[in-house]
Amino acid sequence: MTQIDAGMTHDHGHDDHHDHPAHLGHHWEDSTQQFEAGKLGMWLFLTTEILLFGGLFVAYAVWRANHPEIFLYGSQFLDTFWGGLNTCVLLISSMTMAMAVTLAARGKMVAVTICLILTLLGAGGFMVIKYIEYTHKFHEGLLPGMAFYEEPSASYMWLPLDEQGREAEAEAALLAEQESAAFAVKSQRESEMPAAPADAEVWTQPAAATGPEGFTDSKLKVETSELRMFLPDSVIAKVEDAKPLLEYAENHSPGEDIHLAHPLQDPERPVNAQKFFTIYFLMTGLHGVHVIVGGIVIVWLIILTMIGRFSREYYTPIDLGGLYWHIVDVIWIFLFPLFYLI
Amino acid sequence: MSNHEHGAVDHIVPLKMLVGTCAALLFLTAVTVWVAELDFNIMNIPSMNLIVALSVATVKVLIVSMIFMHLRWDRSFIGFIFVMSCILVFLFIGFALTDTSENLPNIIPGNTPDVQLKLDALEATAAQVAASPAESASQGDGADR
Repeated sequence: MTQIDAGMTHDHGHDDHHDHPAHLGHHWEDSTQQFEAGKLGMWLFLTTEILLFGGLFVAYAVWRANHPEIFLYGSQFLDTFWGGLNTCVLLISSMTMAMAVTLAARGKMVAVTICLILTLLGAGGFMVIKYIEYTHKFHEGLLPGMAFYEEPSASYMWLPLDEQGREAEAEAALLAEQESAAFAVKSQRESEMPAAPADAEVWTQPAAATGPEGFTDSKLKVETSELRMFLPDSVIAKVEDAKPLLEYAENHSPGEDIHLAHPLQDPERPVNAQKFFTIYFLMTGLHGVHVIVGGIVIVWLIILTMIGRFSREYYTPIDLGGLYWHIVDVIWIFLFPLFYLI
Repeated sequence: MSNHEHGAVDHIVPLKMLVGTCAALLFLTAVTVWVAELDFNIMNIPSMNLIVALSVATVKVLIVSMIFMHLRWDRSFIGFIFVMSCILVFLFIGFALTDTSENLPNIIPGNTPDVQLKLDALEATAAQVAASPAESASQGDGADR
């Protein structure tokens, strides 16, 4: 068909430049040829994109084949809800992008602008959700490579536990058990304090006087040493015992989400667990960069559409920008099950 | 190419078809999430879950490329380019994994001299720490925070 068109236009095409539409480069025979050439070029570019991500997929495959336990473990720290929501956002924005192409071919440029703005909103929404996910990871110290949760004394982790180490571990377990009762103690104290009359038992006074903020280690020592003169030992011990519980209650809120054990504190953590987060940040990061680039392309398309650069005869940039946006979607379709659904 | 509306440069995909495609893709996303919860190890294929997840993803990508990306109506040469790039990535992964599976890290028994030196040093440190309990206790405190 292209050849027939070319033959038809050739007779009176090259000599008469006034016949060319504004969008048609003078080295093209007709609009179809220009469009097909542009599309071929875009697809070749998309091929390089697929090969670019291909390298990272190879790294993923080899690491996972060598250490499946790292991926099983690390995947628990990714939230399937956010990942699934991001998949839906990208799919819907892909649809609005394809709609923009259809509407452009029908010459409905206002509808095209609306569809492109919706697509841009999808790109923005995707990045907002990624931001929520990333900041959560940063907060938890789930970072790639050497940045992965600074271990206070890494050498200690490598030493076999001696008798004292086991005792310390048992103590820590006991402490954790006590801490679980912390909120009960806190609320009990809070309910007791206001109701207490002025001449109430003296041992509740330190907590009430200094408040939860000022209930520090040194203050506790001073006040218990003062109180020691007129209070029995059993009551003093009770106040001192409550210290870690009160500290726990200060730093946490009731109804707080009980997270998985932190990687450092988790005895089940496989060696080199940070590798999962390395490949996670590499792949989703590179994909995120592509989403941002896609967003910039869409902004450019919106501007060109609004200044009336496109018509039903010429909308090649919308079509090719759409192809780029779809390949971003295609990459995410593979990333989602590979990271979130292990 | 025969489906051109009058004056159009390219085939035009109807809006209804795009909405239907998107619905199918969202449905398949739900299916992947649901399937990931199941355990396919009954069939004694350890990576069955992965295979199922990737199969669904491949179907989704086929739908996106065929309809959203117009491949169904494009010249077959463009489809050929796309398929070739996928095959090349597949080859890349396949050969890398073959290498991984052929690697025998324990073909020579024992540790390499470098590793053995480090292990000896670690053992010596462990013995030292066990000899001086105060030090190990303070280290334990540090690790708890």
